Parts: sequence; structure tokens; C-alpha cells
Amino acid sequence: MSRIGVFICHCGENIGATVDCEKVAAAAAKIPGVVHSVDYKYMCSDPGQNMIKEAIREKNLTGVVVGACSPRMHEPTFRRACEEAGLNPFLCEMANIREHCSWVHEKGDPTTEKAIDLVRVIVEKVRRNKPLVPIKVPVTKTALVLGGGIAGIQAALDIANAGHKVIMVERSPSIGGHMSQLSETFPTLDCSQCILTPRMVEVARHANITLHTYSEIESIEGFIGNFKVKIRKKARSIDMKACTGCGLCSQKCPTRKIPSEFDAGLGTRPAIYVPFPQAVPNKPVIDRLNCTYYLKGKCRLCEKVCPTQAIRFDQEDEIVEADIGAVVLATGFEIKHGDFFPEYGFGKFKDVIDGMQFERLASASGPTLGEIRRPSDGKKPETVVFIACAGSRDPAKGIEYCSKICCMYTAKHAMLYRHKVHGGNAYIFYMDIRAGGKMYEEFVRRAIEEDGVKYVRGRVSRVYEREGKLIVQGADTLLGAQPVEIEADMVVLATAAVANDGAEELAQKMHVSYDAHKFFAEAHPKLKPVETNTAGIFLAGACQAPKDIPESVAQASGAASKVGALFSQDELTREPVIAVVNRSAPPLYSTCVGCFLCQAACPYQAIEREEIRTRDGKLIKTVAKVNPGLCQGCGTCVAVCRTKAIDLQGFSNEQVFAEVMALLDRSEPDAGI
Amino acid sequence: MPEFEPRIVAFVCNWCTYAGADLTGTSRIKYSPNVEVIRFPCTGRIDFMLLLKAFAEGADGIIISGCHPNDCHYTSGNFHARRRWILFRGLLDFMGIDVERVQFSWVSAAEGAKWADVVNTTVEAVRKLGPYENFRKIDRAGAV
Repeated sequence: MSRIGVFICHCGENIGATVDCEKVAAAAAKIPGVVHSVDYKYMCSDPGQNMIKEAIREKNLTGVVVGACSPRMHEPTFRRACEEAGLNPFLCEMANIREHCSWVHEKGDPTTEKAIDLVRVIVEKVRRNKPLVPIKVPVTKTALVLGGGIAGIQAALDIANAGHKVIMVERSPSIGGHMSQLSETFPTLDCSQCILTPRMVEVARHANITLHTYSEIESIEGFIGNFKVKIRKKARSIDMKACTGCGLCSQKCPTRKIPSEFDAGLGTRPAIYVPFPQAVPNKPVIDRLNCTYYLKGKCRLCEKVCPTQAIRFDQEDEIVEADIGAVVLATGFEIKHGDFFPEYGFGKFKDVIDGMQFERLASASGPTLGEIRRPSDGKKPETVVFIACAGSRDPAKGIEYCSKICCMYTAKHAMLYRHKVHGGNAYIFYMDIRAGGKMYEEFVRRAIEEDGVKYVRGRVSRVYEREGKLIVQGADTLLGAQPVEIEADMVVLATAAVANDGAEELAQKMHVSYDAHKFFAEAHPKLKPVETNTAGIFLAGACQAPKDIPESVAQASGAASKVGALFSQDELTREPVIAVVNRSAPPLYSTCVGCFLCQAACPYQAIEREEIRTRDGKLIKTVAKVNPGLCQGCGTCVAVCRTKAIDLQGFSNEQVFAEVMALLDRSEPDAGI
Repeated sequence: MPEFEPRIVAFVCNWCTYAGADLTGTSRIKYSPNVEVIRFPCTGRIDFMLLLKAFAEGADGIIISGCHPNDCHYTSGNFHARRRWILFRGLLDFMGIDVERVQFSWVSAAEGAKWADVVNTTVEAVRKLGPYENFRKIDRAGAV
């Protein structure tokens, strides 16, 4: 007979205000096999945990049910408490009467009744729980950092400096990310490249970091501490060892009119190119989609001029395999481009540009060498209109969130423009100014008060051309929605920050959750901002949500410290939630009939064949066997098994059927409720 | 006469819908208390015999919910669940079981509001259908 203890938590008012906890505890006490049932204000507190420990010792409990918050929150807490009192931790389960009950329903009998149901279900489950032993697995102390922007760089350096190996994978030919494209940074106006490039170089020469640029993740499998990753190194068409980065090939390449990705389409580059002068690695790549040789079969001029014979036209993609223990996702963001704003004339008028293009115009390494010249005719614009929230906070455009960085970079753009074009007029159309952050508000004030940037509160309805000028039509809502019309020479759109191209596909490969906008989801919005729902995979930077540089760096260091904590252990323990195939005495040996439907269903190739033989080697039966090292405990095999020979520890058939029955059975002993 | 309060059992996966329903709670979005959740590691684990068991024990409606296609924590469990459900649904329909009472849905860990919506929509739909007494009659007849 089981001796189960039930502990109902009030969680202060969180549960207690809507659920009658005393009533729940009293109802639970009537369930056969429950020998102890109490309620308490904070079960997770020290006195609360001690109540559980004492009850285990005094009443010799064989199972513990804690009716409190989500098991995703406090299951480890209570299981540890049980273990400390000498009860196998897997005999403790939680009934979620907070997230699934008190927080989502109104106060009243139906809510209390539901809480009782939820507790009864878990009591019936725990009654059938078996003591389990955690599985120990080794930890591979190498981290994979995906993305070589500032977040990835920071995470990689922090992990590498802690003494662990890092593999960094970057999709483009150079690391540096968006930060390398920026001119100056808010709120200090210090040069972006000047602070970034030393770190890029540090990554390249760090003994603990292996850098794979122009590479992508092909596949990843495994689990925390023990992932196996395949990296596709795309053919660069260059022998990286032979190339000295002299740049002669780029100078001689006859295909020169390709819009430069680095210059956000404002400048051009040849078909064999180094993305930007400080690129890491500073070696070129052949853009096969635009190279004359790959398109027409002749040219090979770069091969002729290369002094070290480093050009490899026949190079193929290479797959590199690696064992890793943790992953930091730092794949960054993208800004909305193009036809998103037909009313603002983006793509129609050359002088309507996006924020990244303005960064390149203002950058000393940009196509105009830092002079603000409009793209259409190269003239200095006398009036520039900046439109904030171009797409952001606009449910009609499908982006209801705030892109967070635009208020600040728009203020910066207007300031840079005023510094570079004396006497120019800068207007900013805005919805609200969001300048939360150290020295941020002061920065915006400086733009307004010292640099004379004119802020107009209101939306722009339309941008059109009239006699060589861009007419910006909007409304000033501080003047009672009075129509405003500004004749501008250039318009800069602070377009929404969106998830990177391929973010969804990557999330699916990595098995991490993502939100409706394809930003990766953190494990808890407040308390686990760098973890994902998949153990061993962490987040850094704008791949989680739009972020500025200091926030990205802080989160990257946070992710790195999580990786460091993981790597400080030589062995991890894993929950023994795995499938097992039953075994019984001869002549049956197992109810498994050897159909191996489970083998086809298993996503981890964890099902093996086991031959049962007589002493003299005669085959009696071939049955399935689960490899506990590979099994991840999804239980798909259990659902397909025809003879119910395979079962999942912790979610066994006996348990789940008992749960369903208990859930719906409101008769005795709860008739009094 | 008081309004009929349907009893609905939700079979959900741990990684997406259970976490999504936790988020509904964290966000304090209210929904009908008629639904109670049973947690599974994955929708792939859900043996559809459980559905019949639930109806036999008095459920008026059932929700099955897990990760969106391609988002499964275990790579493909949700595809197995979907495929099996399509077959099983046909079989149930053939047997005369009211398949409208089973709602198959996908709610991710980030979709707290969607979970509330799925619950409320299902509760309303099942409320209109009324108590599922027919099934229990069949079941009892079969048991004799």
C-alpha cells in the first residue's frame, strides 16, 4: 500500500486567492493511500521544504505530491528536498495548480474543484511511479558559437578565455556582423569599427577558438554535453593556406558592378572580394553567382594574377564534423527592406534609404568616405527627413513590437548629419521617443538642444516626388494633427528590426522554440533570459529580440557564463525518462513480438535488435532493446507498440491511463466537495 | 436549468503546449476552467486508446496539442502523432464516434494567448454539442 504525502502551496496569494487550498488538502487527504495532506503558505521556502522532509521521515512516505506551480519551475527544488530526506527523487511529482489553474481562472468552486482534480491525477500517477536512477553522461568541453557578430564574438571570447575550446561558425565570408557596418555608436558617438575590429582579430588569433567563416550548420544531433554537429564549409574557391590576402585578384577582377552587401547596396564590389578592409579572415571569396568564369566558362583572370596560386575553381563544399557540449546561438537580426513601404517610395525613389544605408553613407569606410551625399546625384542633401517606426509598432504591417534600437540610432543619424552638413535641416517624425538606458535620454536631448534636430510627433502618410524634391506628408499630433509637408532632399527610414533570414529553419534544426516573429524564445521571460527550452543551447544578442550593442554584449557574457558553469562539471546527470522493452521469464522472454515498428518510429536510432538464444546458440526470438545512451524519452515507440511491450519510464501506460481515469472520476472520495 | 459544463481533457506535450499553457498562466490570461491538462513528453507518446478511455470515463471533449510541424523537441514525434491521428480519426468516425469532440491543435511555448483561445473555442464547441452520453451508453453496452 502506498503512503503518499500531499503538500498544497498557497504561493502567498498567487494560488491562495483563487483556490481554497485548505479544501484541496482536505480532499486530497481522503484519497486512498494518502497518509499526509497539508497546505502551507510557501512550500518552496525552507520551512516548506522542511515540512516535506519531516513528513517523509516521520510518516515513512513512499511518494510526494506537491500542488504548487509548474513542474518546469520547482520540480528540481522538491525532488532535491525528497532526496535529502532519503526518498528517491523520482517518487516526487508536482500538480500544477498555479499556471494551469489559479492564474487562469476566477475565484470560485469550479477553480478549487479543478485544483482537486489536478492533485488527484498526480496522486494516482505517483502511486505508480518507480524509483529511478539518473543517468550519468560525460560533458564535451567544446562550445559551438553560431554567428560572428558582436554577440557571438563576445560569447566566444568569454568562453575561450575561461579555458574552453570554441568553434565559431559564421555564414558570411567575414565575422563582424552588423556592428562592423555601423559608422558611430550611440550614446557616445565612438567609431564602431574602432572598438569592434580588435575583438575580431582576437577571435582569429585566439588559441582556443576555431573559426569557420562562409559556413553553415548542416545538422546537429545529441543532447546537452554531447552534441554532434556537421558544419558545411561553403566552397570559397580560395586555398586559405596559400592566400596571403594581397588583394591583387580583387583589383583585377573584371566584374565590378555587383552591389556590395557590406555597403547595403550603395557601393559595388568585384566578383572575387573581401567584404571590407578589416575583414577577418582578410582573404577573398569568389561569388560564384556573379563570377564570369562560373557563368560563362572563361576568364580566370584572378588565377593568372595570383602570386601564390591560391585560386581553386574546383573547390567543393566541405563537411566538418565536431563533438560539442553546448551551443550559443548568436545569429542576429536583419532590417526590413524593400517593398515593405510602397507609401514611402522605398525602391522607387533613390533618395529614400534605410537606416543601414545611412550608416554606410556616414561611415568613413563607406562608399562616400563618410560624406553625406544622396545616392541619386551625389549632392549634399540640405534637408533630411528621418522616419522612425517605419514598420515597427504597426500591427497593420504585421509587426506590433517596438524595434527598440531605432529611436536611438535615428537621433544618432540626425546628429551625424548635422555634424557633417552644417546648415542642413534634420527632421525626425516619431511616435514616441524611447530612450531608456544609461545616457540615452541625455543623448536625445543633445540631438535636440545642441544639434538642433527638429522632432515632429506624428506619422508620415506618404512620400512623393515633386520638382526634384521628396515631399514628406505627415501630421503633427502635438498641434492637433495639423498636416505637415516637408520638402526633403533625402528620406531615411528607420525600418523594423526583424529575425534573420533562415531563423525559423535554424530553430527547427536546433530544436529551440521561436515566437510568432521567428525570434528565438528564451526559457523564461524573466528568470532564464539566455537559456532555451533545449538544455545546453543558449541565446545571445538580437536573435532573441531586437537589442542594442551593450545589451547584446551583456547577454553574450551571460550565455558564456552559463556555458562555463556547464563545462565546470565532468559529468552531467540526465533524467532517466527513457523507454524500456519488458523482459519476462521463459518461454515468453518478452511480450515484444519483434515487429520493430518502434525502430522505424524512433528519431534517435535508439532501438536495437537483441537475439535471445538457447545455451547452444539456437535462436529463440528477436526482440527490441533500447539503448539508454541514445534514447531521449519522447515515447513515440510506446504509442506505436502493438503489444505494449515497450514502455516509457516516468510516463508509463499504467501511469497515464490511471491519470485519465483519476482526472474524470469525481465520485468518491470527493463526493463531499 | 444550469448551463451544461463540459469536461474536457487535454493531452499536451511537455515542450511546446505545456510550456505555452504555463505562459498563459504567467501572462494571467483567463480561460474556462473546464479543461484539465495531462502532460506527456511528446504528442508522439500519446496512445490514442487514451482518447477512448477518456470518453468512457466521462470526458465530453478532448484536446490534443503539441509543437508545430518541424518544431518538435524530438524532431518528429508530432508528425507521428499527426499521421496516427489522421488514421485513427477515420476509424473513430467509421465507428460512429463523434470526432468533432476531439480538437487537434498546435500551440508553441510562446503562444500563451493561443492556448487560452484553443481552450475557450473547444469548450464553447463542446458545450453546444452537449454531454457525450451516447459514448458512455455504447461503452456500457459493450462492457456487459
